[in-house]
Amino acid sequence: MNDKEWPLYEVFIRSKSGLSHRHAGSIHAADDEMALDAARDTYTRRSEGVSIWVVRSSQIVASDPAESSAFFEPAEDKIYRHPTFYKIPEGVENL
Amino acid sequence: MNKDQALLAYVARLGDNALVLGQRMVELVAGYPELEEELANANFALDFIGQARMFYSYAAELEGEGRSEDDFAFLRDENEFRNVLLIEQPNGHFGDSITKLVLFENFYLLQLGALRHCADTRVAEIAARAEKEITYHLRHNTNWLLRLGDGTDESHERVQQSLDSLWQYTGELFAPDDIDNVFEAEFEGPDLAAIAERWQEQITTIVERATLTLPAEQWMVSGGKQGRHSEHFGYMIAEMQYLQRSHPGATW
Repeated sequence: MNDKEWPLYEVFIRSKSGLSHRHAGSIHAADDEMALDAARDTYTRRSEGVSIWVVRSSQIVASDPAESSAFFEPAEDKIYRHPTFYKIPEGVENL
Repeated sequence: MNKDQALLAYVARLGDNALVLGQRMVELVAGYPELEEELANANFALDFIGQARMFYSYAAELEGEGRSEDDFAFLRDENEFRNVLLIEQPNGHFGDSITKLVLFENFYLLQLGALRHCADTRVAEIAARAEKEITYHLRHNTNWLLRLGDGTDESHERVQQSLDSLWQYTGELFAPDDIDNVFEAEFEGPDLAAIAERWQEQITTIVERATLTLPAEQWMVSGGKQGRHSEHFGYMIAEMQYLQRSHPGATW
């Protein structure tokens, strides 16, 4: 990494109480406090959020796209993992 | 000075402080080395200009002579602006701007906190809204002063110089004039002596945390609150007012 550039942070915004944080984008900052400020100034200017998480991009452990067939494809033919074989009793509206 | 005159002058001065500082910050727009700080500065500048609009609109209503917020901002002369000298100082380098903001906003936040409980409902409402904005500015700007003061030898030295050169303008913040006194008496306005004491405590804490040295007690410059400004001010408002002066009533 070019040491003249501030580290990259990923920004996660919770748009309202009860929803989960979602990835909004990324910003550069020299430290954690600055990252939180920059995230607030960049991604919540139009009332997009009620809570912000920032995390150093370098701290995120990501799956390798090259391994995606081994990682994800085995799940594709295991339809029994989806709860689609149950009969819904009559009168139950919200299942 | 009667009650009505004091209210009008007090509200217009709040507008002057907000507008002049906002305009100084606008001068920095598109000049930051980092996009994130660029955005923060522009947001902050707009907060101040928004506050100026609210104060000027109210001042125009109080005056009742058909003037608008724009007339207050763009068609008054230098000596009609009653803002404090501290905020009209040129931007200088980044450390100068940050120091200026920390010194002023610590005062302004205490002032707004007191105004929130004053007897004029409209001023109290505007103050309540502005207080939230300034609370955030101060968090951001204080963090920067700590980073610069407690940063490299160069940043420490430069921001110490900023503090030393701006200190002479801080006395005026707490020097009451007729407008302050009548507003305090008639509208339960801010007690500047009490604010001065708290400001001193807060600034001392920040300066110590930033490993900087508080400037020695010294002679303080004043005059801005009476409309006597530093020489930089004329250039600043000339640029700010150019468009409305050259093309009166221009809109786009």
